[in-house]
Amino acid sequence: MHPVSLYNVGKVYRLGAVEVPALSDITLDIRRGVFTVISGPSGSGKTTLLNLIGCIDTPDQGEIRVAGQTVQAMPDDALSDFRAHHIGFIFQSFNLIPVLTAYENIEYPLRLAKVGAAERRQRVEALLEAVGLESRRNNLPAQLSGGQRQRVAIARALATAPGLVLADEPTANLDSQTGAEIIALMRRMQREQDVSFVFSSHDPQVHAEADDVVFIRDGRIVGLERQRNGQTDVQGGRS
Amino acid sequence: MNTWSLAWRNLLRNRRRSLTTLLAMVIGLVAILIFGGYRSNIAYGTQTGFVQQTGHLQVQRKGYYLDGGDNPTAYGIAGYEALLAHIRQDPVLAPMLVMATPTLQLGGIAGNFSAGVSRSVMATGLIPEDRNRMLEWNEYGVISYAQPLPLVGAPGDAVLVGMGVARKLKLCALLDTSDCVSGGAPKAAEGAGVPDDIAALSSLEGSARAPSAENRIEMLAATARGAPNVASLNVIKASNMGIKALDDVYMAMHLAQAQRLIYGAATPQVTAILIQLQHTAQIPAARQRLLALLAESGQTGLEVLDFETLNPTYRQTNEFMDSMFGFIALLIGVIVLFTIGNTMSTAVVERTAEIGTLRAMGLRRSGIRRLFLCEALQLGLIGAAIGVLSALAVAYAINHSGWSWTPPGYAYAYLILVRVGEDLPLLAGSVTGIIGVTLLSAWWPARRAARSMIVDALRHA
Ligand SMILES: Nc1ncnc2c1ncn2[C@@H]1O[C@H](COP(=O)(O)OP(=O)(O)OP(=O)(O)O)[C@@H](O)[C@H]1O
Ligand SMILES: [Mg+2]
Repeated sequence: MHPVSLYNVGKVYRLGAVEVPALSDITLDIRRGVFTVISGPSGSGKTTLLNLIGCIDTPDQGEIRVAGQTVQAMPDDALSDFRAHHIGFIFQSFNLIPVLTAYENIEYPLRLAKVGAAERRQRVEALLEAVGLESRRNNLPAQLSGGQRQRVAIARALATAPGLVLADEPTANLDSQTGAEIIALMRRMQREQDVSFVFSSHDPQVHAEADDVVFIRDGRIVGLERQRNGQTDVQGGRS
Repeated sequence: MNTWSLAWRNLLRNRRRSLTTLLAMVIGLVAILIFGGYRSNIAYGTQTGFVQQTGHLQVQRKGYYLDGGDNPTAYGIAGYEALLAHIRQDPVLAPMLVMATPTLQLGGIAGNFSAGVSRSVMATGLIPEDRNRMLEWNEYGVISYAQPLPLVGAPGDAVLVGMGVARKLKLCALLDTSDCVSGGAPKAAEGAGVPDDIAALSSLEGSARAPSAENRIEMLAATARGAPNVASLNVIKASNMGIKALDDVYMAMHLAQAQRLIYGAATPQVTAILIQLQHTAQIPAARQRLLALLAESGQTGLEVLDFETLNPTYRQTNEFMDSMFGFIALLIGVIVLFTIGNTMSTAVVERTAEIGTLRAMGLRRSGIRRLFLCEALQLGLIGAAIGVLSALAVAYAINHSGWSWTPPGYAYAYLILVRVGEDLPLLAGSVTGIIGVTLLSAWWPARRAARSMIVDALRHA
């Protein structure tokens, strides 16, 4: 079973009378436990595709299965709970909750998923250590650098141990040095936690780290590269 | 991090905006409470005044209240003494009673023949000891302006009049004004061409030298059988009755004197039995019992009226104050509604990306709604608390400032007082009201936040 399967998915934006087809005919399986990058020029539909996979937007046609569940017709509350348990998000502009400390930001998804206090503490401590921010636990986002914020965001996305983490251009707001560190961190976390990561990016650094690359242009898949970086045997066996 | 403390931190994050909103709420609440406390003081004050003067309930002959004003003697209560005894001894009524006392109302013409003046007056025959006891009633602890009647221990022909009556009857010795001209003085002023004020001064001296204890007047009244009867009376005091219309006709005398004037040698009657209770809340029970007593004793021609019926101005004043209060409360409610609505809308717009993030992470719509409603509720609670405390402080300041005013138609000034702390319904109502308004005004912004599309909200970052 694939963590994400899209079949014949289409999405059209309507601006008054004009219809802008953002995605057409997307059929794609995301493999389990790998680093998948969605690559394409600006306006090609990367964000739209990630939103559909992340169950925060609905397609106009086709079928989307995430973690084995058909999601496009689920009611809003069920979908919210589903996201809380199965999907982690990393955003381009970090999107930490400004009034919560680093610790509390990482803890928040665990509270949403109704995880008990002891387990929460243990989990947050482990993640803080993994992203190297133990000493910054009590800092508010405004007191952290961009790279540090994105580390908190990565820890937050992984807090509930979701099967799938989505990141829309996570390095676009960082300098290349920090971006590289963040990608390395994500790569490491992805391996350690054995989750499927899906990114969108035009960043060549990201492409270099990816297992699979999906190329899209004008809302259509125009190419697919799988099993790079010597992952063929391991990943092929699993998927 | 539960919703409650998350909301609290968001309020703190926008300290300035939260404070401005709080200020609007506090000012609004203080205005409502102070005006409400003022209204409440007037309501309790007027009630106390009426209950002191007319009792809670009166037993009267049917029709007297509506039609008997001009001819009170046609509505006498025969056998009133037996009825009074009955009332005072009744095991149900007695514990509620402060006083049950008879009174006789009569109309007549009072004349000061030495000054050649007369005027019609409304006289009350009463038992001064009983009335003075009634003046002590003060269930709500208001400032009482009641002065005990100086008729106690005075001779049988002693009477009290209003200032207006004394002025009309030229009883200058009883007035502390210099513009009173007693009998004969106008002629002297005309003849000598002395300036008016000097004439007035000299006349004042003249009357001061005269035996001031004797301000004799004659009172002409029709007896119960229609014959004219005259009594020679001694005015011992003129007092300001507050309301001018009353001041110009008021006269009070011993009940026995009034009865002699109206009934002569016949069996005396009264026009009403005044009943004052310990507590205003006892009126329904007391009335019910009184009606039963009247029926028992075969007094079918009598009715029982409460002080609100006897003093229509009480209800009118209250209704007027209530409508003003309602108007002010509505106005302030609307202002607070829009202030908080605006604050919450701004917060929702500012935090659009945050809303999108929370929703993406799996917070349900209801969670977003709860978050904003929680913020509004906290604002409301804090605003209510500060508002109530400020109102109590302002009330204290007003009550100790000695401000006073003269109500329209009144002849002397009243202290301006507000009853905020003592008026629990007012406090509870205003606090619930302001919190209700707060939640109501946050409802739409919170709903909008909850309903926003996640992807649109996230694009706001
Ligand atoms: N809310 C919207 N309303 C109308 N059109 C939209 C909306 N969102 C996206 N689009 C259009 O859909 C297409 C795909 O947009 P999308 O944001 O997915 O591209 P992208 O690949 O993420 O671009 P970028 O690299 O610049 O982020 C674009 O043509 C865009 O203009
Ligand atoms: Mg994009």
